Amino acid sequence: MSGNNVQPETSFTTLVDLRRGDAATLDHIDLPGKDARRLMELGFLPGARITAGHSAPGGDPRVFQVDGSEIALRRETARRLKVRLDRTSRASGMP
Amino acid sequence: MSECSDCHGCGAATVVEFPDAPASPKIVALAGPPNSGKTTLFNRLTGLRQKVANFPGVTVEQHTGIAELPDGRAVGIIDLPGLYSLSPQSEDEQVAHDVLTGERSDTPRPEAILLVLDSTNLSRHLMLAAPILALGVPTLIILNMADDLRNRGGHVDTRQLSAQLGAPVALVSARQGEGLDEVFEFLASAMPAPAPKELPVLHDVPKCRAWAGRVGSQASYRPPVPPKWTRRLDSVFLHPVAGPVVFAVVVVAVFQTIFTAAVPLMDGLRWLFEVSGKWVAATLPDSIFRSLLVEGVWSGVGSVVVFLPQVLFLFLFIGILEDSGYLARAALIADRTMARVGLQGKSFIPLLSAYACAVPAILSTRTIENKRDRFATILIAPFMTCAARLPVYTLIIAAFLPNRPVLGPFLGARAAALLGLYVLGFLAAVVTARVLKSSILKSGRTPFLLEMPSYRWPTLQSIGLRLFDRAKVFLRRAGTVILLVTVVLWIMAHLPAVNGKAPAIEDSLAGALGRTLEPVIKPLGFNWKIGVGLITSLAARETIIGTLGAIYGMDPESHKLDLQKSLQHDLTPGGAVALLIFFAFAMQCISTIAVVRRETGGWKWPILQFTYMGVLAYAGAFVAAHLIR
Repeated sequence: MSGNNVQPETSFTTLVDLRRGDAATLDHIDLPGKDARRLMELGFLPGARITAGHSAPGGDPRVFQVDGSEIALRRETARRLKVRLDRTSRASGMP
Repeated sequence: MSECSDCHGCGAATVVEFPDAPASPKIVALAGPPNSGKTTLFNRLTGLRQKVANFPGVTVEQHTGIAELPDGRAVGIIDLPGLYSLSPQSEDEQVAHDVLTGERSDTPRPEAILLVLDSTNLSRHLMLAAPILALGVPTLIILNMADDLRNRGGHVDTRQLSAQLGAPVALVSARQGEGLDEVFEFLASAMPAPAPKELPVLHDVPKCRAWAGRVGSQASYRPPVPPKWTRRLDSVFLHPVAGPVVFAVVVVAVFQTIFTAAVPLMDGLRWLFEVSGKWVAATLPDSIFRSLLVEGVWSGVGSVVVFLPQVLFLFLFIGILEDSGYLARAALIADRTMARVGLQGKSFIPLLSAYACAVPAILSTRTIENKRDRFATILIAPFMTCAARLPVYTLIIAAFLPNRPVLGPFLGARAAALLGLYVLGFLAAVVTARVLKSSILKSGRTPFLLEMPSYRWPTLQSIGLRLFDRAKVFLRRAGTVILLVTVVLWIMAHLPAVNGKAPAIEDSLAGALGRTLEPVIKPLGFNWKIGVGLITSLAARETIIGTLGAIYGMDPESHKLDLQKSLQHDLTPGGAVALLIFFAFAMQCISTIAVVRRETGGWKWPILQFTYMGVLAYAGAFVAAHLIR
């Protein structure tokens, strides 16, 4: 799950796997067109950098920083956003 | 509630009329993404000259107001629902879209658009400029929150931006009232159609975003640094342990204050009505008219108006929580609960506003794209404790429950009881939602998206304006619906005349009506007087107070006692709890029924809802009356 057991450069994972403070780059959204479109209008565009923020108690939903805003997503939605983990963002994960 | 607290116009449809102006008045639409500060700007531009308007026959009401230009001309301003794009996904957006494109026969097509964007997040907000400018309607781009942009080190070259977009641009802080001159100047001038240098393919979101980014960088846009305080506050308010504690403390504090802080003000009002009532009685000659005035109007309307401070305190808190940005965090914390009953987070906002009034709450469900989720939310919204129930609750609680401390000095027994009733309504809503979502309204889930705004200090102006609005609506209701019901009741209480004199109250028409109902409500511990109150409360819940005030005022046995003491005579403790539970569950509100019919497109759902809530109310009251002696 954590950054320790991933390949050196990048790895595909989903937004759910991000812990607070992790950053990742969005690859694609695995949701029907209409839902994906709304997410894109809020800044979740392929290539966008997303940082995981605070969450509600229990870790669901979680706030994500994207394109200058903070948007809360439930786990079930976050799971559909496929991202490449940005290794440099995790302080302890620096090579 | 026929002219309800929050109802942006319910039953009766009224066309907005703009005052005559030298030139033909302009109609301007105020559009923008959610959280761009549209409403604050709207309040700034129109001040107290707002009209809560209802466009006839349609699905939507918008706030409409009149802005007065320096030269004295009037401009009508339509405040549209928040938009992310012009490709409508929800009913709300559909309406905004149709108004802007002039596809509604009932709304005049706006001659110009004020597009409000958040200057602290310009690159994303500029995306909306593309479809708006493509409409070809004269548009002023308003970059709001200029103070935030400046204070946090952001920058934008408005002249360059204006050149890129081919439309005037104004840097504004609606909260501080900064830059409004430019807006008025635009409204007063001849407005040319926009001529943007380039526009992206509108249906391609990535291309629109790329375009917005390009335009932003051409205008040397530098986004501000993230707000420090928002991060700091969120690490408390969204802390896994401290977060829920703060949430609970906020809720308890609100209820405790409603009870304690409002009391002196209410006592003052009550005293005012007593003294003025006595003065009227002493001044006027003995006549039918005096009797109507003192027994009907004063004790009826007066007993409702007394609750104004409490209602205002409630809206003061809602206003502070909303404007500060805490409400979105509360929604986040509450989302898990919503998910468990099968609803989505978007239902949370309508349900929360149902604490003010179910009518605007039901209208605000239009933001929910999924129809089944939307209907489920509509059906449970009237269970949330609306402001009209508050006076009824506090009256009965104060009459029957001595105020002992429950949690030391923090929570009194009365506040705790009130909180309990709010929880009861919430539980009824949650259980009903669960049942609906696992049976007739089962559906797939739509993604939950909630934008977290930065924390901001609520401004006195914005909250004051809201309280003023609220007070106006509350008093108007007391002066119209409740006055009318009280007068009708007074007349019914004075017929049929016996030897030219009014009959004993129990022999009157009103008494007969209550007595007809008595066998049905006797098992609940209610007598015929309460029965009359239940009938009149169908018009609006709080009318029962005016009704009882009037009946007790006319009854020689109780006319010397105040309302609380008279109630203690008429109700056992079990009956009092039964009455509270009845009010918690029953759908005694004509306006809500009307708006549900309109929003669901037929009588099927409102009838189902009314019956279900009525049965629940009766059963709940029955159980309470038999358990508590």
